[in-house]
Amino acid sequence: MTSIGLAQIAIVLIAVVVAAIPLGDYIARVLAGERTLFTPALSPVERAFYKLSGVDPAREQGWLTYTMAMLAFSVIGFLSLYALQRLQAYLPLNPQGFGGVPSDLAFNTSLSFITNTNWQNYSGESTMSHLTQMLGLTVHNFVSAATGLAMAFALVRGFARAESPTVGNFWVDLTRATLYVLLPMSVVVALVLIALGVPQTLAGSVEATTLEGAKQVISIGPVASQEAIKELGTNGGGFFNANSAHPFESPNALSNMLEIWALLVIPFALAFAFGRAVFDFRQGRAIAITMMIVLVAGVLIAYCAEANGNALLTAIGVDPSPGNMEGKEVRFGVATSALFATSTTGTSCGAVNSMHDSFMPLGGLIPLFNMLMGSIAPGGVGAGLYGFLVLAIIAVFVAGLMVGHTPEYLGKKIEAREMKLAMLAVLIYPLSVLGFTAVSVMLETGLASLNNAGPHGLSEILYAFASTTDNNGSAFAGLTGNTLWYNTTLGVAMLLGRFAYVIPVLAIAGSFAAKKKTAASVGTFPTHGPLFIGLLIGVIIILYLLQYFPALALGPIVEHFALLAGKTF
Amino acid sequence: MLSQIRPAIVMIVLFTALTGLVYPLAITGVAQLVMPRQANGSLIEGDGTVIGSTLIGQNFASDRYFHGRPSATTGPDPADPSKTTDAPYNASNSMGSNLGPTSKKLVDRVNAAIEAEFAVGRIDVVAADAVTTSASGLDPHISPQFALAQASAVAKARNLSAAQVRALVEANIEERVLGVFGEPRVNVLLLNMALDRLK
Repeated sequence: MTSIGLAQIAIVLIAVVVAAIPLGDYIARVLAGERTLFTPALSPVERAFYKLSGVDPAREQGWLTYTMAMLAFSVIGFLSLYALQRLQAYLPLNPQGFGGVPSDLAFNTSLSFITNTNWQNYSGESTMSHLTQMLGLTVHNFVSAATGLAMAFALVRGFARAESPTVGNFWVDLTRATLYVLLPMSVVVALVLIALGVPQTLAGSVEATTLEGAKQVISIGPVASQEAIKELGTNGGGFFNANSAHPFESPNALSNMLEIWALLVIPFALAFAFGRAVFDFRQGRAIAITMMIVLVAGVLIAYCAEANGNALLTAIGVDPSPGNMEGKEVRFGVATSALFATSTTGTSCGAVNSMHDSFMPLGGLIPLFNMLMGSIAPGGVGAGLYGFLVLAIIAVFVAGLMVGHTPEYLGKKIEAREMKLAMLAVLIYPLSVLGFTAVSVMLETGLASLNNAGPHGLSEILYAFASTTDNNGSAFAGLTGNTLWYNTTLGVAMLLGRFAYVIPVLAIAGSFAAKKKTAASVGTFPTHGPLFIGLLIGVIIILYLLQYFPALALGPIVEHFALLAGKTF
Repeated sequence: MLSQIRPAIVMIVLFTALTGLVYPLAITGVAQLVMPRQANGSLIEGDGTVIGSTLIGQNFASDRYFHGRPSATTGPDPADPSKTTDAPYNASNSMGSNLGPTSKKLVDRVNAAIEAEFAVGRIDVVAADAVTTSASGLDPHISPQFALAQASAVAKARNLSAAQVRALVEANIEERVLGVFGEPRVNVLLLNMALDRLK
């Protein structure tokens, strides 16, 4: 580890926090329906959206109607995206003349984008037409992130309100989150990215004659507009197969820093937005600090693992001083590759600027464990905040058990119903991740997709199901996911991870919204100080280490010791 | 649920129009107008033809040029289009090797690369980026260490003095942005173009 490497990491994280505090304030105002800077320009568009779709913005929904609206939107989104991919050969803006996307791949990709996962079993530049990238993938980058924001705010309203039968209006939240938050930020980030060198054109490819006289066909397209929302919406689905490692997606160190900033800033801002919505800045701050501690710990471990290089290669004469450079770009180096990897899995982004599959065993363990924890530090757009609040509920419950006092969080009594729902949400993940992994390693078709043998092979499969269940989308990309088995099972994992998780969460929102607020008493456990932060981190570590340690021990941990012993597979 | 179908359909259509058409097309329009060089891929042209992009690495195999990093990209096999074959720096199919740290294939590949380079006397120090594949397979850069290591071999192939070529490499080293961001590096294509201009 070098001081310049650490300085780069520190500068990005400081820039995130500095921007997240005012942004959180702004997001809270947007979702409370208040007037903002963009209201004069955008409110006619907003009103037109409600009018055309027959939505009465003043009419709020109970949690069940809210959930139904979210599900209806997701189903329609799935069907339209599936149709677009299947029919792209017959539609315009297809300069490379790609055929329709095969059914199992289109199934997987549609689920991937409506759930904000953006797992890619396809290679963007050789499968998807510009029309599909724009009308399909870019659109869902916006709306799946806005859906996440909406659901998080439904839960936040559950805490903020008392004896309320409603949690908000899904259509209003969706529209306002897209129009006032995601769209303006994307425009700015896209333009800055173009200035830094990211292409934005409707051409499909450029043919070059290289210095040695060979022909090089360079894929190109409307990259910057998709790149901006890909990071801001913590989506992660790249225009190109190599994602943000591709020089057209991230041409230099500054674009790299901007992309890391963009994928972290809204999730952190949401912690502060939560604080504002419940009228207590300290509550949001405690959550943001907890997220930052988990994130920084991960970055430091990953950076340390990568910075020392691969001992197996050092032994045959490779200079270890730049670190483990297999699967990394020279312009980024190991420090910001480790930061990107930890940030993209700490959020549910899943964009990559280096190939996680080629990380050192412990360097790859961090992104994997981040996703197994449900990407909560700082989490995806929306998904991070509601995931974190579920953990906060569990932490408060544990504290309540220890002192023998009825647990309450922000004045809401946590009772059997909420605890059951919270545990249901938390248990969906290991069921999907470990269940599918176990079945895959027993099937020949599951093992045939592996790119690496030995413990790293298990890591590849475990990573795939962790990434999809968590709606992350990054990959140990050696695994060939574009097979009938993986297209289908990974698709189902994405569905479970999004909807089987969020329905209990919205039920909790409804249940809390209906409850009275109890005044804080001397017996109330304060949820804004260091004691709570410590307890929360403890709960997270105990909960997830217990669930996943055996699987991790057989994958990255045993690989680490095998490597130390000089063993290859 | 049924009462939510209409807003669902209309909203998808409206968001598709706004974020799928208006947004990317407006950005494309502004970009093409204000920043056409970047928007079209930072291309380098010479004699009316496109030589390449400053951002995208090219495959260099000749002794007379500096070599880039090994690339893991593949392309369709000309003999059998249903299969793929190695095609370094294929800029329409970016990818990394995805070989794990304990992969025997990785260690064997690196070993073979070291032996091959030493055998022809191209490099004297094994820089990490000289024998590892990049994440995209299109990395336009190499480390100054790797570039300097190749200088004397390139000078020999071109009948130039080693000092002259080393000076050219030094002049082409790009430092960290603002002294902090990124890593020192050399753009291989730009370096080789400068080499061609040397007398």
